[in-house]
Amino acid sequence: MSVLIYTETEKGVFKKNAFEVASYGAALAEQLGTDCVAVAINPSDASQLQSYGVAKILAIKEAKLDTFNAKAYATAIAQAAKEANAQVVLVSSSADSKFLSPLLAAQLGASFAPNVVALPESTAPFVVKRTAFSNKGFAHTELTGSIKMIGVANNSYGIHEKETSASVTAFSPNLEDRLFATKTTSVDKVSGKATIADADVVVSGGRGLKGPENWGLIEDLANVLGAATACSKPVSDLGWRPHGEHVGQTGKPVATNLYIAIGISGAIQHLAGVSASKVKVVINTDPEAPFFKAADYGIVGDAFTVVPELIEKLKAFKAQNA
Amino acid sequence: MCISNVPDTTSKINFKDNNTAFDTAGVQFVINPNDEFGLTRAMWFKEKQGASVAVVTVGDASVEPTLRKALAIGADEAYRIDAPATDGFFVAQELAALVKEIGFDLVIAGRESIDYNGGMVPGFLASALDYQYVTNCISLEIDGNNATAIREIDGGKETLGTQLPLVIGGQKGLVEESDLRIPNMRGIMMARQKPLHVRPATTSESHTKEISFSKPEAKGAVTMIDPTNIDQLISLLHNEAKVL
Repeated sequence: MSVLIYTETEKGVFKKNAFEVASYGAALAEQLGTDCVAVAINPSDASQLQSYGVAKILAIKEAKLDTFNAKAYATAIAQAAKEANAQVVLVSSSADSKFLSPLLAAQLGASFAPNVVALPESTAPFVVKRTAFSNKGFAHTELTGSIKMIGVANNSYGIHEKETSASVTAFSPNLEDRLFATKTTSVDKVSGKATIADADVVVSGGRGLKGPENWGLIEDLANVLGAATACSKPVSDLGWRPHGEHVGQTGKPVATNLYIAIGISGAIQHLAGVSASKVKVVINTDPEAPFFKAADYGIVGDAFTVVPELIEKLKAFKAQNA
Repeated sequence: MCISNVPDTTSKINFKDNNTAFDTAGVQFVINPNDEFGLTRAMWFKEKQGASVAVVTVGDASVEPTLRKALAIGADEAYRIDAPATDGFFVAQELAALVKEIGFDLVIAGRESIDYNGGMVPGFLASALDYQYVTNCISLEIDGNNATAIREIDGGKETLGTQLPLVIGGQKGLVEESDLRIPNMRGIMMARQKPLHVRPATTSESHTKEISFSKPEAKGAVTMIDPTNIDQLISLLHNEAKVL
């Protein structure tokens, strides 16, 4: 018996969500009186995981897996789960993990709950709390199968350090060529830039910015904060910004530490998509904007005067606290 | 084309029966927005590449208006599996049984429904059928047996080459928002003549059970800051919220 966690890497380096999944896995293993076993694909330093309570690491070194492939990754993780005799399997809520999750659950015949925000409320029966209705509610879901699989929601359980001494074992999955029939032919990604999925801060702009030519304001503020940039649905529908930046119910969900909304009125669909963020700052000229009711801090004011001043003051603050 | 019948995006969400069931009172149901983009893309395949398009859902008779709407938009026929959609695993098994029977070579579903947000139906379906699979799909081209799909990834997008038979988890981008079809009067009239087949469920197995529901905790009051006092905002974010 064990808890198996899939710890994601990018170019060999663990993603932030790997440490959150490890923290969750270590706590769950303790709750179940068993060990937390990690599987990692082509990690450059697997032993990093022992700072988060992992007992054993199955390290896969396989050139065929240098590029993400959902079927092949799911198969490799499923084989690791069998090797570890896992009763619970954990994945993150990244785009790649969400892609492979159902394939993995199907291979394991596992009961699967995604978007889980906390440790199980009980383990017999096994009940987890997950977001539903696009963050307008929670479902308390029982996983009835003998093998359980959980998708840990981004930035919900948090990262908790716990030093252990973990063994690193090489693991070689058996991967048939037919798994690679769907192939990635090109990747279009700005490297080194914070993404909406893993940034600590997201700066988001709405129609109040009046036009795409004013987005320098959003980008400058994001740069000072090391933040990812996002936008409201109308802004992406108008073509001011790419679809990939649209956050809200039909766009990307945001679960960041600090969400700054500039010139966004706060339609119910937008609020649903960003409500998992911990602290929300709203800057809007309209004191009646519904977003103020959902905000922690609000400024009624013109973005074109407030934001430049905020940028300057933040620069000074960062310089002082560097 | 797999369609999910979901509460309209503007719906307020409430629960009933001691928080064990979703309260549908006063809720308007619509085609799941992620499915709508796929449906319009399917119309494009019908008009440009001669595809025939069927829409399918799992649910009781109350979901039929949503299927009729899809027929009015231009789908050729509809199937309803007559069973409550208990969980993603069950729905996928039912869809797989129908796909096997009829022999569809392209199955488009939404990347997730906006009610339970599971995102697992298209992947479970691809697994049950042993089809190729791409989700978070924002572009899809079919050329003979080959397909080119673009999917959204964290911080960008990637292009994949794949083949039919194929299951797609679609979303916004598959077509532009402005290209989404709405039924016109002629379509609504024609939809009445189109076949809507009702099938019994073939299995009863599900993997999960909703025990109860809850709502997010009420939020504390907002702290308003004077636009001439940006220093106060920075100080609050640093000392009180501890996010700077």
